Amino acid sequence: MGRVGDRSGRCWLLSIESFLFMINKIAPSVEAALAGLPDGATVLIGGFGTAGIPNELIDGLIAQGARDLVIVNNNAGNGESGLAALLKTGRVRKVICSFPRQADSHIFDGLYRSGKIELELTPQGNLAERIRAAGAGIGAFFSPTGYGTELAQGKETREIQGKMYVLEMPIHGDLALIRAERGDRWGNLMYRKAARNFGPVMATAAKKTVATVHDIVELGQMDPEHVVTPGIFVTHIVQIPRVATQAGGIKKAA
Amino acid sequence: MSYTRRSKDELAQRVARDIHDGAYVNLGIGQPTLVANHLPAGIEVILHSENGILGMGPAPSEGQEDYDLINAGKQPVTLLPGGAFFHHADSFGMMRGGHLDICVLGAFQVSATGDLANWSTGEPGAIPAVGGAMDLAIGAKQTWVMMDLLTKKGESKVVAQCSYPLTGIGCVKRIYSDIATLECNPQGLRLIDTVDGLSHAELEQLVGLPIAPAA
Repeated sequence: MGRVGDRSGRCWLLSIESFLFMINKIAPSVEAALAGLPDGATVLIGGFGTAGIPNELIDGLIAQGARDLVIVNNNAGNGESGLAALLKTGRVRKVICSFPRQADSHIFDGLYRSGKIELELTPQGNLAERIRAAGAGIGAFFSPTGYGTELAQGKETREIQGKMYVLEMPIHGDLALIRAERGDRWGNLMYRKAARNFGPVMATAAKKTVATVHDIVELGQMDPEHVVTPGIFVTHIVQIPRVATQAGGIKKAA
Repeated sequence: MSYTRRSKDELAQRVARDIHDGAYVNLGIGQPTLVANHLPAGIEVILHSENGILGMGPAPSEGQEDYDLINAGKQPVTLLPGGAFFHHADSFGMMRGGHLDICVLGAFQVSATGDLANWSTGEPGAIPAVGGAMDLAIGAKQTWVMMDLLTKKGESKVVAQCSYPLTGIGCVKRIYSDIATLECNPQGLRLIDTVDGLSHAELEQLVGLPIAPAA
């Protein structure tokens, strides 16, 4: 957006044009960022326990109203809010996760026991790698995890250099919802502590990735050596107020 | 003869004694977590947590909990100077890729040849949940199990063949129990030690399997 010395109308017009065509991934609201999600979509949701769970985006997904969803998360919701609240709406057909049963997963437990939700249980590392494979354009991969167990039943196996492996398929998302810490208008992201967990991997594996951030900074203000998710993987970022992450997944002290 | 079982802390201490200086270690949820409290002074051990932490430190003091910094059991922890955060695919790559030296897990059953059952009792109607158990079991250079040798009903949890659903095949190298320490090999069990007052023959009787003498 070079400004030349004269103040002619043409120059002014050019700079407005260049403003309009600049990359700006900052969405004005969660609602705007999630608009258009179709029924039947597969939604990758970051987080491990409550750390990194994008609660504001999940609330947005509930408000958006898409049905018949497939949800991919490590867990299947804690307590009554966030992912648990989404499950409670009855709009989730299937959950792909590694650890649904927790001290406070009663909403999932009830739906599962009454046959109202399908579960695809996947060892946690295979879950992460299946998502990574989708983002990296890998058609499938052989993993040693789960070989000889009931979670490998019906899957192709192969001996490679004397060791047994199970063929695992990638998990592609239509939408990824992740919680980050800081972002810029190009969509570059940094995370906070162990809330990073699935975020960087899921961001790569969906047609559209929406991240919440607490801070939005100008281009160049994030040290390029510290960018964890480069903006190419991010469609929208939405700024949300900072709320301390609450405990979840553990028995509450009496 | 009579013997006294190792308490949970004594067992954790017994495990900790075998962890070498410089080891990268993952301690499973539950009892294995106690091992961290008994690491010998003067050695440096780097703890890994599956949710993307190396250099995990002890629980924070009250009021200092940060639930963006939790362990695999979702409990608040701290980060030691030099610690690092990374994403889940890297974290499980550390396991699967054989980068961790030792992983300590709990178990329902372990077979003489090191098959592990620790994720499901196979009860009908139970909601299955596996987490990182299968990745941990087969990933580390050495997988150690920490458990009581006998069930509450007095049955051996070290068995010829696991009856509970398997977590991994031939993956357990050592069993640290409340009354003995055993090594699992393709040929079967080998004794490492027993608590005072328990003879090799008595242990074999309790387990119901042959146990080769200590090397």
